Amino acid sequence: MTGATATPNPGPANFAGIAPGFADPGREMQACFRAVLDAMAHPGRIVELPCALPAPLPLGQAAAAIALSLCDIDTPVWLDTAASGAADYLAFHCGAPRAAKPTEASFAFTGDAEKLPPLDRFALGTGEYPERGTTLMIEVAGLADRSGVMLRGPGIDGETRLAVTGLLARFWGEREALAELFPRGLDVIFTCGNTLAALPRSTRATL
Amino acid sequence: MSLDTAAELCPERSERQHRLAVLAKAPLDQLEAAWEALDDKPAHRLLRRSETGLVMLRVRIGGTGPQFNLGEMTMSRAAVQLVGDGGAGETGFGHVAGRSTRHAELVALFDAMLQSARWHDVIGETVIEPLAMEQQAVRAAEAAKVAASRVDFFTMVRGE
Repeated sequence: MTGATATPNPGPANFAGIAPGFADPGREMQACFRAVLDAMAHPGRIVELPCALPAPLPLGQAAAAIALSLCDIDTPVWLDTAASGAADYLAFHCGAPRAAKPTEASFAFTGDAEKLPPLDRFALGTGEYPERGTTLMIEVAGLADRSGVMLRGPGIDGETRLAVTGLLARFWGEREALAELFPRGLDVIFTCGNTLAALPRSTRATL
Repeated sequence: MSLDTAAELCPERSERQHRLAVLAKAPLDQLEAAWEALDDKPAHRLLRRSETGLVMLRVRIGGTGPQFNLGEMTMSRAAVQLVGDGGAGETGFGHVAGRSTRHAELVALFDAMLQSARWHDVIGETVIEPLAMEQQAVRAAEAAKVAASRVDFFTMVRGE
């Protein structure tokens, strides 16, 4: 991403701890990209990952697959403390630089949803380039439909529900506060094991 | 940085560079035979799928002057990790000219084994040394052949 400054990866990577990537990168990355596209087009829909990564991974299955499919040398990645073990993995497989601060990140991965920084600390894009906002992957304890918050907006026929377990209560308030910045904002993907659900900036949530 | 400076700064790295160069220049069937001849083969896995691509060759004429792009060449690369018994995740890398990903994988495999105390000596003695001596002999023979037809040019000082 242009305009962002990212620190180069410090020191040589510890290759011994790195897990293998996709066995068939071309096909599996496309399948995973399609799953993310589906999830983004239907906010709140719980999508199962169509491909498997060899375990053990520093991130959840879905989060790791998203990283392999979407991150590359042009996308600085921010990791929280719980996910920082993935730094070498992302450096090796994606060549992605590590963002020092959330505001510099194209993609952010959090392993611990309870220590999520305030949402306005991430990049929110600019009026000219709203797409430069961070895409935030939050690993959560559970995802369920038919209960939880009410979602409305583009891609949803009427309304739908999504229950996210293990998320801070302030998340929904902070997200609502960002809604008035539209088209600037933050796209969120909740990941839980090998499932994911997207919450693009255009979706309005009511508790 | 030239190769010589790199060698002075970090002898261990130059040792590895030497071994990787020997492996990368060795014919595939010799590496394959060396691998087959091993009694004690480590369990291993590919860290990412081996692939073939292009690299830009950056060169200097005569080792001095500015760098320029000579052109692109086909290169295959592989990353292999030792796993299971006796493997502590040693990771080897192989880069070879051409499209043989199997060649790159064997280079990476031997590179990984050379980092492991269990295999370091046996690979060094049975694989690297014979290949290095053979390649050295070929180079020496070629140099001798070229030297036979060597012509020295010199310019007499012109008197004014």
